[in-house]
Amino acid sequence: MDPDLSAPHSMGTTIIGVTYDGGVVLGADSRTSTGMYVANRASDKITQLTDNVYVCRSGSAADSQILSDYVRYFLNQHTIQLGQPATVKVAANLVRLFSYQNKNMLQTGLIIGGWDKYEGGQIYSVPLGGTVLKQPFTIGGSGSSYLYGFFDQAWKDGMSKDEAEKLVVKAVSLAIARDGASGGVVRTVTINAEGATRNFYSGDSLPLWHEELEPRNSLLDILVSGASPEPMSI
Amino acid sequence: MAGSYGSTLRYKNVERIKSIGKHTLLGASGEVSDFQEILRYLDELIIYDNMWDDGNSLGPKEVHNYLTRVMYNRRNKFDPLFNSLVVGGVKNGQKYLGMVGMIGTHYEDNHVATGFGNHLARPLMRAEWHEDMSFEEAVKLLEKCLLVLLYRDRSAINKFQIAKITEEGVTISEPYALKTFWGFLAFQNPTKGAEGSW
Repeated sequence: MDPDLSAPHSMGTTIIGVTYDGGVVLGADSRTSTGMYVANRASDKITQLTDNVYVCRSGSAADSQILSDYVRYFLNQHTIQLGQPATVKVAANLVRLFSYQNKNMLQTGLIIGGWDKYEGGQIYSVPLGGTVLKQPFTIGGSGSSYLYGFFDQAWKDGMSKDEAEKLVVKAVSLAIARDGASGGVVRTVTINAEGATRNFYSGDSLPLWHEELEPRNSLLDILVSGASPEPMSI
Repeated sequence: MAGSYGSTLRYKNVERIKSIGKHTLLGASGEVSDFQEILRYLDELIIYDNMWDDGNSLGPKEVHNYLTRVMYNRRNKFDPLFNSLVVGGVKNGQKYLGMVGMIGTHYEDNHVATGFGNHLARPLMRAEWHEDMSFEEAVKLLEKCLLVLLYRDRSAINKFQIAKITEEGVTISEPYALKTFWGFLAFQNPTKGAEGSW
């Protein structure tokens, strides 16, 4: 195993938030790792804060979980006091408050996405230090390093719901191909005026990228079908 | 078949199993450059052995022993080769399978593994390996192990090679991928019915 003890503590994840004409699409991979071991290969990193606001979590699993719990608790109270659904902006600001005030202790990057009747679909990025930035789309987690070029080229304004979802799934899948800390399935949550819908895309439904091969049941199937019976010569 | 660069899966077609002489297969995990250096050492060894032209040839036992010495001596100089090696082969009808680590730890057994394989694959092999397995059974067992490692080892990719060595010769398969399973009901929506549950 030879663990690399000097490796940087990276945010093992790929998370994405994208706005489209009418709402937002949030996407994430499903790998949670402790060191080099995959502790959970089917985690759910897109967490509900309210009926209309969800958050993508990256970085320390513990920190992002506890932060989400606190924000959900206070947003719930706020909704009751307000008498109507909380806005996405309020949710994002609450996340920022916790992130910023505890910046020395927390290590988590978040993407807040949701829909409200005042401003429609919105995406807010809250990275490590507690900055809040409203953006048409944003990427986060260690896998995002591999997606900057991709989004520079592939992003365009005013996409439809299907285009946006396809883009998110493609992007997460590309990041999974190159980031060891990302993997598993692609989960998405689409939020618009109608509500929030979850989706699940597993390995076989994702496209194959460079150097990736069509999955088989076994080597024996390949041998039986008569492919290359001769020994390889060196 | 991956050559990782930190947590980036940089090279996705590295061949980590090579044949040594006529009787041995060598598989390596860890640093690719060090493995390439080891192959150079072994090249020298095999050529030197052939030059004797005495009808003898180095078998897997000898290669294993040589590599053990190399790894251990480098470790003593505080300049290790960052590899875990699997050495296997057949000579004069006798099968052999062994392992050498980067600090010189070495042993011989009916089933060996490196890295995460020690924790995930060896228990599977202990339970299911038995004497006189057929080639098909062996491949099935190996693939079972490879699949678990694919799910649970961050540095693994879905690209494998299986190599076979018998008295007749060496076969190293073309790279291929395995089908993975994600269809458990619990995977669909793990936090259903309890938002804020993990």
